[in-house]
Amino acid sequence: MMKTGRLRLVEENAIEAQSIVKAFGQGKSALLALDDVSVSIRKGEFFTLLGPSGCGKTTLLRLMAGFEMPTAGTIRLDGQDVTYLPPNRRPVNTVFQSYALFPHLTVRENIGFSLKMQGRAKAEIAECTDRMLALVKMEDLAERKTAQLSGGQQQRVALARALAPQPKVLLLDEPLSALDLKLRKEMQIELKRLQKETGITFVFVTHDQEEALTMSDRIAVMNAGRLQQVAAPREIYTAPVNRFVASFIGETNFLNVTPAPGGFRLGNGEIVTAEGSGGVLTVRPEQVRIVSAEGAALTGTVDSLVYFGTDMHCHVRLGDGEALTVRLPLPPCGEAGVSPGDRVGIAFQPGATRLIEA
Amino acid sequence: MVMAERRFSVASLPGFAAIAIAVFFCLYLPIITLVIYSFNSGPSIAVWQGLSLHWYADAWNNQAVKDATVRSLVVAAWASGIATTLATMAALGTTRRASYKGQTFIYVVINQPLMVPEIVTAVALLIFFASIKVATGYQGLAYLIAAHAAFCIPFAYLPIRARLEGMDLSLETAAADLYATPWQTFRYVTLPLLGPGIAAGAMLAFVISLDDVVITEFVKSGGQDTLPTYMLGQLRRAVTPEVNAISTVLLALTVLLLTAFFLLTRKSN
Amino acid sequence: MSKAEQRHRRRSARNGWLLSMPALVMLGFAASGPLLIVLVYSFLQKGDYGNVVWEFSPDGWIGILFTRDIFDGTLGLADAHLTIFWRSVSLSLMTTVITFALGFPTAWFIATRPASERAAWLFLVTIPFWTNLLIRTFAIGEILRTEGLVNTLLLWLGVINAPVQLLYNDNAVLVGMAYVYLPLMVLPLFAAIERFDMRLLEAAYDLYASRMQVLLHVILPIVKPGIVAGSILVFVPSLGAYVTPRILGGGKNMMIGNFIELQFGQGRNWPLGAALSMTLLLIVVVALLFYVRAVNRAGSGHGHG
Repeated sequence: MMKTGRLRLVEENAIEAQSIVKAFGQGKSALLALDDVSVSIRKGEFFTLLGPSGCGKTTLLRLMAGFEMPTAGTIRLDGQDVTYLPPNRRPVNTVFQSYALFPHLTVRENIGFSLKMQGRAKAEIAECTDRMLALVKMEDLAERKTAQLSGGQQQRVALARALAPQPKVLLLDEPLSALDLKLRKEMQIELKRLQKETGITFVFVTHDQEEALTMSDRIAVMNAGRLQQVAAPREIYTAPVNRFVASFIGETNFLNVTPAPGGFRLGNGEIVTAEGSGGVLTVRPEQVRIVSAEGAALTGTVDSLVYFGTDMHCHVRLGDGEALTVRLPLPPCGEAGVSPGDRVGIAFQPGATRLIEA
Repeated sequence: MVMAERRFSVASLPGFAAIAIAVFFCLYLPIITLVIYSFNSGPSIAVWQGLSLHWYADAWNNQAVKDATVRSLVVAAWASGIATTLATMAALGTTRRASYKGQTFIYVVINQPLMVPEIVTAVALLIFFASIKVATGYQGLAYLIAAHAAFCIPFAYLPIRARLEGMDLSLETAAADLYATPWQTFRYVTLPLLGPGIAAGAMLAFVISLDDVVITEFVKSGGQDTLPTYMLGQLRRAVTPEVNAISTVLLALTVLLLTAFFLLTRKSN
Repeated sequence: MSKAEQRHRRRSARNGWLLSMPALVMLGFAASGPLLIVLVYSFLQKGDYGNVVWEFSPDGWIGILFTRDIFDGTLGLADAHLTIFWRSVSLSLMTTVITFALGFPTAWFIATRPASERAAWLFLVTIPFWTNLLIRTFAIGEILRTEGLVNTLLLWLGVINAPVQLLYNDNAVLVGMAYVYLPLMVLPLFAAIERFDMRLLEAAYDLYASRMQVLLHVILPIVKPGIVAGSILVFVPSLGAYVTPRILGGGKNMMIGNFIELQFGQGRNWPLGAALSMTLLLIVVVALLFYVRAVNRAGSGHGHG
């Protein structure tokens, strides 16, 4: 984006991490937490770092916050190199997994802490704190000590405290992991609303793929210190680039295929065409349909049925021994219509299959 | 590629490490100087005149020092023994049972020597024992031993109590299940398990008794010096490195006993 | 509770008392009991050659602050006494401040060492604590003498031309007490700092606090119970110090402990000595009550303050 008149590049990216390497320890026993990771986060985005424990997502977040420094690589904030800047000099704030609320201060004092550290006027601090209290709906509890609050309340105070100094980027380190399911779902909606309202770039770390899918504008899937895929939720779900992403997000069926004229050959001989490349065909369980075995190209036997309330998972064993999971929506009376041992036919929704590397 | 291992350390505060190291240095410097000059062949404490053990020999041959040493050890041994026994019983009586009326009172009395300034206790015993001495004419070591035993009790009590509270109750329950009487359970299960705690308490009491100055100084009759009171007397007259030598020996003994104490209490973890 | 449980409880309590009784008797005979005698003696009349005359007299207590003119019997303020009290209190307070200024960084240092090293450092700090008080005082005295290390160093550096008299004054006593009681400040501070949640520091830095601000606004307030505990553990023994002022003060710079001893020696005023002891004990008990309150607050967390 170029401004006419003055040749100035307006920075689009809130955070830019380039070629980040982070190693803990020395020499042979060094642990490579991040292996050449590069990611650009746009302004105003709700960006999620998603992956299993130990994948490096928290390490990357801490590098952005300034609590760790990379072994190699740079971090830019709004175009400025902040790689070696200490955390109290970066316009970035963190919501910690353990909340880290100051036990000796009240809710109000916690929220106003950053402003007090910056030496702002008392009136300004009071006004901003009141605004934050209203934002997270904690006005009644402003004078309480934080130790007396529930988990959900503490979480909201942590949020308000980090938002008070109006950071350029808000970093959230698995902030909802300590909450029970119902509260979690409520807070997810809350967080999304807050992000839209304030317009601040959110960088959100989680291991819960459902959370990532519902809240994010873009997701970066990580594993073992490397980026696997960075894309919008829909694309991550429908077009995973490798086996890890396909199996980490939602459920996937994997079928081995071999190249054949016109497409790819399944185990039983049928030829299918699909996007992508590689030796494995992926298809989501809800994109597979059970059809009559008569005249079906792909057939199998029903192994077992698992009841999930909303639907039924049907495990089918194909002729060549491969297994397939089919998600069957349940009619009001709750009967699936198939039983273990039935011979059934399998059909894929058109365009639902993808090929990936083995 | 820049291979920088810089880190923002949250836990470091400017200057603190330097002050801490300086403090450690200053803590040990006087003691180390003292020890070094005990090996000085000259009589000065500032002019080094070569290595020599003759101050140790002098101290060894000094009858007053010998008497004081023997008296110190005897008193410490008796006091430690009595204090440990009484403390063990008291620990058994105040732990692992439902709290009863007066338990806080017992706890306060037992720990009272830790809280009352030594000079106050010393004065109190001076008065009390003076009247007994006049009444009975007895001037022996029993006063010292009694005084030492009393203030050593809390030092023996605390490690024993700690060990008792950390003990696994299920072992004694198992013993009872296997037909042991309460006395047998105590003798064959509780006591052996308590062993390290009792040893630690005895060792601590021994060290405390050896080191005592104030109470001993007030309670002793004429000529009944212990090692610390002998040194106190010497310090009021001419100071020779003989005091250094005696101090070094006491120091070594204390460190030895303390190390043993630490190892005993560490193992039980 | 059932009848059987009640009986068991009573028996358990009785056994508890029986087991504790020997220790209580021992302490009553040679520690707590005699304190009552001191209290009694403080209300008696002083004898001419020491000891007491068994008649009631308030002179012991009056003598703490006042002297009776030997000619006309009027009471006047005992300046010498007040000097001693003032010296004791001010030296004890200064000792507390100095040990805190030096002890806090030390405790922080030890608490932030890797866990494997921490026990070793703690052991190093504790050894001087268990060493004989007399030896430690003597050692510091040796360093401060005119031929001692400090003077030798200053002469060698050229800072002074002749040895400075460092001993036998209030400063020497102060240095001695700070040296002797430093571990007593370090240990409770270490306990409090060890319990401190370091993640709060990350949060504070994240919220733009400087290192100094973190110390003042986050660390010190939360560690306060440890500071109070350490302060009292240093102040109380300092107030009752006897050996250190005697060896390093040279007999003229008396603190309360030495003053008490004087009454049972040359001073020949046992009731006064007894009254002084009781006063000292009272101050100590009051200070200890503060200590217990601070420790309890630390244990119950920071829910209220």
